[in-house]
Amino acid sequence: MSDTYTLYNPTVMDHFMNPRNMGDIKDADGVGEVGAAACGDIMKISLKIKEGKIEDARFNTFGCGSAIASSSMATELIKGRTVDEALNFSNQEVVTALGGLPPVKIHCSVLAEEALKAALEDYLKRHPEKVAGQAEGKREEPVTV
Amino acid sequence: MRHVFLDHQSTTPVLPEVFEAMRPYFTEAFGNPSSLHRYGLQVRDALAKARAQFAALIDAESAEDILFTSGGTEAVNLAVKGAAFANQRKGNHIVVSEVEHPAVLNSIEFLEKQGFTSTKVKVDPIGWVDPDDVRAAITDKTILVSLHYANHDIGTIQSVREIGKIASEKAIPFFVDAVASAGWLPIDVQAMGIHLLSFAPHRFYGPKGVGVLYRNRRARVVSIIHGGVQEGGRRAGTENVPAIVGGGLAAEVALREMPRRIAHAAKLQKRLWEGLKAEVPYIKLNGPEPGPKRISTNLNISTEFIEGEGQLLLCDMNGIAVASGSSCVSKSLKISHVLAAIGLEHALAQGNLIMTVGKDNTEDEIDYVIETFARIVQKLRGMSPMWDEFERGIIDSVIAPTGRGKSFTEHASAVSGKPVH
Repeated sequence: MSDTYTLYNPTVMDHFMNPRNMGDIKDADGVGEVGAAACGDIMKISLKIKEGKIEDARFNTFGCGSAIASSSMATELIKGRTVDEALNFSNQEVVTALGGLPPVKIHCSVLAEEALKAALEDYLKRHPEKVAGQAEGKREEPVTV
Repeated sequence: MRHVFLDHQSTTPVLPEVFEAMRPYFTEAFGNPSSLHRYGLQVRDALAKARAQFAALIDAESAEDILFTSGGTEAVNLAVKGAAFANQRKGNHIVVSEVEHPAVLNSIEFLEKQGFTSTKVKVDPIGWVDPDDVRAAITDKTILVSLHYANHDIGTIQSVREIGKIASEKAIPFFVDAVASAGWLPIDVQAMGIHLLSFAPHRFYGPKGVGVLYRNRRARVVSIIHGGVQEGGRRAGTENVPAIVGGGLAAEVALREMPRRIAHAAKLQKRLWEGLKAEVPYIKLNGPEPGPKRISTNLNISTEFIEGEGQLLLCDMNGIAVASGSSCVSKSLKISHVLAAIGLEHALAQGNLIMTVGKDNTEDEIDYVIETFARIVQKLRGMSPMWDEFERGIIDSVIAPTGRGKSFTEHASAVSGKPVH
């Protein structure tokens, strides 16, 4: 039997077979755990943040090959980014970096985005002073007169 | 890398002698069996021989009771829709089990849009249909009882003979889907009271592209594919002659070899399950224990705290071909309807893997699978937040509860914000 046929492209297979950043961070500054209601997968991302920058990111995933690859790629991509940059992170970046995912598996990359954002929210909850604009208090929506 | 094919429920390789028997029907004996010249007549003879070989496999009264279709799915469609439409003046109700193959269930779903109704009989936790439940589901409008012989997912063998008796008493046509069992279980359509029976030779070392519908002369079916008057007017379209010839020979060999094949598969099935149980903690067998209630080829397991597609992929990367009923494997993102029907916890259905042995697997291969699978489970558990949370006492095991932590399902709905289906 040929060894050239795999379910996903070589990049996805590589991140599934040799996941980067697997595990937990001791004394993490933010931890997010999310589940996909669609399929039941669960993803957990923990972050080490220093001076507003993501110094380390690690994951644990209960899910399919593309969910594991998505969490591996997401943690690779966000290391070194500032919290503000990371808050704008989109699942599309994971899909692109992985060289594409089958349409039915796009939700796996969304789960990675959600896990990352849950971890960032956890960090901001612990450090309310870091929330942009927090010092002046939350502004009201401008009212048109 | 070693290669172990453990997905014989999906298909099997064609026997070399079957392939050889098919070869002349592509090139020399290429005639159309409907033609009236010698090319056609020669091929017609070959079809008659195959009909007799298929009839023998299931103990049909006559070779004339055998109809050829394009595959198992078409044979099922012809049986279900053909019998429903043929009997619609008598009633519109079909009794079926909830664990049938999609070919059956989706045919019935189609019929329901045409005004038919159905009762889907429930199964017990090992996937068995109680014949009394079938009896209770029958109404005076029932025109078909449809039940498989062995389940395609979890291998449960149904009490077909008893249900055949009930259908006969009530004079209702009885259709048995034997796609997952023909060639691997002895079938006697006459003794079992079966009026219609479907099967596909590619499940027992014949070619793809041909299916068989046995139709007892007392059972009426109307055709669903219209055209010429092939197959006695019940299935239009030129017959796939090479596949029919090959399938016929595969049936003959399957009948002859059946006791040996069953004994071999049963031995490997037992070895595989005993080995997995010993090497992998928190693993569960779905369906009946290996033995008389389970087809000898099938093992359906759930490994806790990890998901099935990852298991399947890592098996494949180690040369082991298997299947899974996990939601991540299905295009609809739903767990197998069979696993849902037996009431399997979602977390266990997610960790599902299906291994089906065949006549050419060896004990040595099974040992390789056991040892490799134990490593795969360890690797995936190392990545799984569920395993970590189980070890820390946050969530509990379904298979062997420790009494610490909440259930996986509770945990999953908490983190996903929605109840897990």
